[in-house]
Amino acid sequence: MNQNIHYDAIVIGAGPAGLTAGIYLSRARLKTLVISEGMAGGQMILTHEIANYPGVESISGYQLAAIMKKQAVAFGCDIRTNVSIQDIALTGKLKRIILSDGNTYTGESVILTPGGRPRTLGVKGEDTFKGRGISYCATCDGDFFTGKEIVVVGGGNSALEEALSLTKYVSKVTIVHQFDHFQAFEHAVEEARNNPKIQFIMESLITGFHGDESIRHVDIKNLRSGRISSFKTEGVFIFIGYLPNTEFLKDKIELNQRGEIPVKPDMSTNIEGVYAAGDCTAKRFRQITTAVGDGTVAALAASNYLHALKAKQKQLITV
Amino acid sequence: MLYTNLNHLESAADHQKAISENENVMVICGRMGPMCIPVYGIAEEFEKEYHHVKFYDMEFDNPESHVIRNIPEVRGFMGIPFTIYYKNGKVVKATSSIQTRDQVKSILDKEFAAAVTA
Repeated sequence: MNQNIHYDAIVIGAGPAGLTAGIYLSRARLKTLVISEGMAGGQMILTHEIANYPGVESISGYQLAAIMKKQAVAFGCDIRTNVSIQDIALTGKLKRIILSDGNTYTGESVILTPGGRPRTLGVKGEDTFKGRGISYCATCDGDFFTGKEIVVVGGGNSALEEALSLTKYVSKVTIVHQFDHFQAFEHAVEEARNNPKIQFIMESLITGFHGDESIRHVDIKNLRSGRISSFKTEGVFIFIGYLPNTEFLKDKIELNQRGEIPVKPDMSTNIEGVYAAGDCTAKRFRQITTAVGDGTVAALAASNYLHALKAKQKQLITV
Repeated sequence: MLYTNLNHLESAADHQKAISENENVMVICGRMGPMCIPVYGIAEEFEKEYHHVKFYDMEFDNPESHVIRNIPEVRGFMGIPFTIYYKNGKVVKATSSIQTRDQVKSILDKEFAAAVTA
């Protein structure tokens, strides 16, 4: 039978921002639920080695996520993973969320930390050849391409750094980028330009993938001339940034043109009692450390809001 | 070593025993990397629901994983993990690289159809 379950606060997302919020809220003795569509850890678990998290010399994202989850649970936080949101209502004093388990969860405050996901090209053949020549992880799949000629798509830091790391395996890397300049740091661009295995196709997009059991060639469109040409390759690595996981919030809360949630300095949103933190928010830098900071601020602000709300309710009862 | 809560296959003999003694088997052959960890996590969750399916993992870099790396169904695969679904010892489906929860669920429901006791 479906149940109605009440919490003081519900955190949507279990990446570093969400788990941090869960730790702070539970430690403040607020009944807290953290829910996640995937595993606890978010994109952090996809990081092979984290070497810039202060206080920890080196740790895998998987291990750091496991520790954060353990800390949250130790303070009494409930964590539900691999569940999806069927419906969400954020306006009004009591926020309401229906999950795929059929239960309805209510809370006076909600913290949105759904994170982001790697952006895909969304062109014909991308799904078909994922794992058959198309990859999103150089560390994972680089060795399958030993001695082969490959393409890297993108012009940011990830694209250039991964292109450089792939030169350990492949015979040639062609970087395809849509603009006439790179967004990556100058030192990464310079290193790529000086690498004899790397060449560039600028102001161009991939518009199609073709092959049989694996990729054989791609269509590349020159954005200046509009001309599409066929380019032989045995692998394509795609690093074109991230998208916020906020589709389920469309028409439920204010989003900017990029689908990010605008927040005030205390991480509050345009709806009272609703906060947002981490990669889903409109901001420049997206790091585990910044997500942890955002999650802390959001939890402290939500905690203040909840305590004020409780005090007000108590006052009304007394009067 | 794979740090998962799944049952580990450490040899070709383990693998043979798993697929011959169980009707429905899912084996994820990978490393502890970004494309593999989410698939282990999905399998760990489904292990609680799909009692009629046995879930295993196997290290991609273990030489014994040739029993997966060399099967015809993975020809053309260039992304880990290699995930293989067996019914009565025969391969019924194989996927390469990261998969979503919905993609895994759809394969389990199609290939190993049975009443699910949640």
